[in-house]
Amino acid sequence: MNKVAPTFGEAVADVPDGSVLMIDGFAGPGGTPQNLIRALRDHGARDLIIVSNTAGLASVIGFGTIPGDRPTDIGVLVENEQVAKIIASFPVSPSPSRPTAFERAYLEGKVDLEVVPQGTLAERIRAGGAGIPAFYTPTGVGTLMAEGKEVRSFEGRDYLLETALKADFALLRAHRADTLGNTQYRGTSRNFNGVMATSADTVIMEVDEIVESGEIDPGAVHTPGIYVDRIVEIA
Amino acid sequence: MQQKERLDREIVAMRVARELRDGDVVNLGIGIPTLCSQFVPEGRSVTYHSESGVLGYGPMAEPGEEDVDLINAGGQFLAPSPGMSFFNSVEGFAMIRGGHVDVAVLGALQVSERGDLANWMLPHRGIGNVGGAMDLAVGARRIIVAMEHTDKSGSPKVVRECSFPLTAPECVSLIVTDIAVMQVAHDGLILTETAPGWSAEDVQALTEARLDVSPDLGDFRL
Repeated sequence: MNKVAPTFGEAVADVPDGSVLMIDGFAGPGGTPQNLIRALRDHGARDLIIVSNTAGLASVIGFGTIPGDRPTDIGVLVENEQVAKIIASFPVSPSPSRPTAFERAYLEGKVDLEVVPQGTLAERIRAGGAGIPAFYTPTGVGTLMAEGKEVRSFEGRDYLLETALKADFALLRAHRADTLGNTQYRGTSRNFNGVMATSADTVIMEVDEIVESGEIDPGAVHTPGIYVDRIVEIA
Repeated sequence: MQQKERLDREIVAMRVARELRDGDVVNLGIGIPTLCSQFVPEGRSVTYHSESGVLGYGPMAEPGEEDVDLINAGGQFLAPSPGMSFFNSVEGFAMIRGGHVDVAVLGALQVSERGDLANWMLPHRGIGNVGGAMDLAVGARRIIVAMEHTDKSGSPKVVRECSFPLTAPECVSLIVTDIAVMQVAHDGLILTETAPGWSAEDVQALTEARLDVSPDLGDFRL
């Protein structure tokens, strides 16, 4: 099966309104699928639920951004009124004088928010990809995060029951993939990419380079091709 | 009252850095905590962990050498460093919750006398960034708070009860501010060090929580 898609537009052309998407990016441009995000903006699917670490930060405060660069992040989807809800750990600007597009839309009541602790977010995504419907974590006990959740004690310590997250699509950014979808990330850009790849029905990756199968050392594959559906090379 | 001088952020970071032991795995939060890595006493080797998915980072990248794929959780560019390793977010937080991180140094909006930590949301803003703070607060073996003693309006940040939403209850073990060092003990806070020129009474006057004064009270140990 050929997983190589010719263009970013074709790679996202079947994303319907109302989809749940996982989109990587820790907070800066590294690891963010900027081309796929722009393609999704141009495609125009609406009422999207987006799972991501932030709600678009680099374009506003330059987080992790080379001075002078203007990266694209999921803020463009919020500005384009395509987003119904964001599930994130770091949704607002740390600089109140420079609010994100999401923050403005949220305060106007145009978009919903679920704040999830970052480690819980990662683990919920992992669980979704691993066939685990829910798990107990110590994170959030005794805080607002515990509201409405089951608390259970194990060996004298309290834990919250958290449920798995799954998505219809994941838009991801990697360094290299072979034609079978075996993937490698660069440096700290593996973070959520490496787990979101496991938890979406259709996983779409933009990569710096597509190579023939066999060219990536099997022992150095970060995401095995079983998880990856479409690959687009960044020109 | 005579205006007393507060310590600058570097001195607060220097005091916190003295708490780090040889071999510790340490996660530094944003703000004053970030500065601690400059002041680790000679002869101690500390391994830094960051939620961006890196262990064993060293100095920041030089201007012109920045790489978007090499950052810490504060968005600072890191220089390549021998022995560093990369991992995804599941593994990064397994290290935290699994007890593999020895010390987390965090900023705070408020800390209570029981060691409750509030550092992710100002209620009047109605929305906040939790990031990795809740995971660190429950997972790191030791939590040190580094912050200013009072907020911008002069209100105490060391309080009896946190009025801001909690990050985690009863997690802080040491508070280092620009005027004092306080240990969180079972029955409250113990004032152990004060900035030069500050008496225990001066510190208490800017602290809502009641401070027990250590019999060994002294100047900041730098």
